[in-house]
Amino acid sequence: MDLIANFEHQHFAHCESGVMATLLKYHGLPLSEPMVFGLSGALCFAYLPFLKMGNMPVISYRMFPGYIVKNLPRRLGVKYFRRTYKNPDLAMAQLDEFVAAGQLVGLQTSVYYSPYFPPEMRFQFNAHNIIIVGKEADEYLVSDPVFDHLEKIKSADLKKARFARGFSAPKGLVHYPLVCPDSLDLEKLIRKSIKKTVRMMLYAPLPWIGIKGINHLARKVVKISGEHNDRYTRHFLGNIVRMQEEIGTGGGGFRFMYAAFLQEAYGIIKLPVLKEASDRMTAAGDAWRMFALECVRVVKKGCASEDLGHIARSLKRCGENEKQIYRMLKAVK
Amino acid sequence: MQKPQPSSLQPEIDLPGIDGGDNIMKIKEVPQDDIKTFRGYGTKTVYAVDENGQYTRVSTSGWDAEEVVLRDVVNDFEKAAQDAKVRAMKGEASPIEYFMNKYFMDVPALAAGMGLARWRVKRHLNPGVFNKLSDKLLQRYADFFQVDIHTLKKFKETI
Repeated sequence: MDLIANFEHQHFAHCESGVMATLLKYHGLPLSEPMVFGLSGALCFAYLPFLKMGNMPVISYRMFPGYIVKNLPRRLGVKYFRRTYKNPDLAMAQLDEFVAAGQLVGLQTSVYYSPYFPPEMRFQFNAHNIIIVGKEADEYLVSDPVFDHLEKIKSADLKKARFARGFSAPKGLVHYPLVCPDSLDLEKLIRKSIKKTVRMMLYAPLPWIGIKGINHLARKVVKISGEHNDRYTRHFLGNIVRMQEEIGTGGGGFRFMYAAFLQEAYGIIKLPVLKEASDRMTAAGDAWRMFALECVRVVKKGCASEDLGHIARSLKRCGENEKQIYRMLKAVK
Repeated sequence: MQKPQPSSLQPEIDLPGIDGGDNIMKIKEVPQDDIKTFRGYGTKTVYAVDENGQYTRVSTSGWDAEEVVLRDVVNDFEKAAQDAKVRAMKGEASPIEYFMNKYFMDVPALAAGMGLARWRVKRHLNPGVFNKLSDKLLQRYADFFQVDIHTLKKFKETI
């Protein structure tokens, strides 16, 4: 059995930031998951009515999948190895070489081909992230950050999972840090990343992104029952909640994780505004959870038109909460 | 398709609000609802604040709210799969329709996963067209659904 030495599995809230935190820590750059998430500037809100998945518009509470793996290394000044493959056999052979050499690598996989997931969650989602930590006969040992212990996957399944087709196809992506800097100027990185997140959430010049996106969605919610049947309305609201709570978030649509980042940032920079913003971000996360409960009530009990008005108002409130936080964070320069 | 009644579709569970008056996600307020989807598969982790106001990771056995919205989608697919199965037995539907719904896909998702055009997949849902499909294409469908090709070809006997 090949098992990478000194590897300790950690359970994280989100696959991509979890994989990144694990890989960086293993290469001598210990950053917490919220720090990885925050420094990447991965917090977002996007409502993309023209992009449908399962007949529902895409709603996301963070940047698109793959953003952290692509952007964080550059920001941190980490030399990073990324490779995609055309030939699945070559990809698997190289993976075996990595494992044999004791190299910890991250892979992008499809949930549909990962049998260790609960069957109800095996949708066509191609941008899941895992780490391979060993091989035992025909099975790979997988450190999947959103599971609480090491999992196993058969080599044939893994091959399919790495070469699933469709939206955001992984194309066998393998990645790992090559050289990490000895130290990081965390203060500068934090300031830069907060600035970027604030700019995007407040001033993205598109109606679907940031606070504008939240309000856009709220306006849509009011109109929805007039345009579609009850079943569609239920699914539409359910979809908002699923994207917020279930799809690799760890609850509150990533707001709690960002609050944890702001708290950690306050510990490093000691700017009072960061502490205040962290507390408010926690409250914003709670507001998102209350909003989710309101949607779920409609999904369970059926929809009356006044409910939708109420839900839209809650959603606008979520947007307003966050707007105030980002305005406050403009003080961080 | 007939309109499902929301009440009969949903699992009968109680949905409490978020406990506590103050607006802070405390450890004790992290939902521990032991949802069915996670049973046997472990827990997930969320961020919450401890009694000193410090953020920390907390394991959770799930939240009923997320379970309700997941079941809502899953139930619809399961119903559609069952319906397709009955019709496929009578030769009125293509087995592909059954497997598509069984694995929570619609036509665009199946087409993307198979690497085919949507209009082709849509045609393959017609039993007449399905019966004439080449073994090569059937094998691709079988690989995608992770079943034996005979399950597709001799659907009536094998399922």
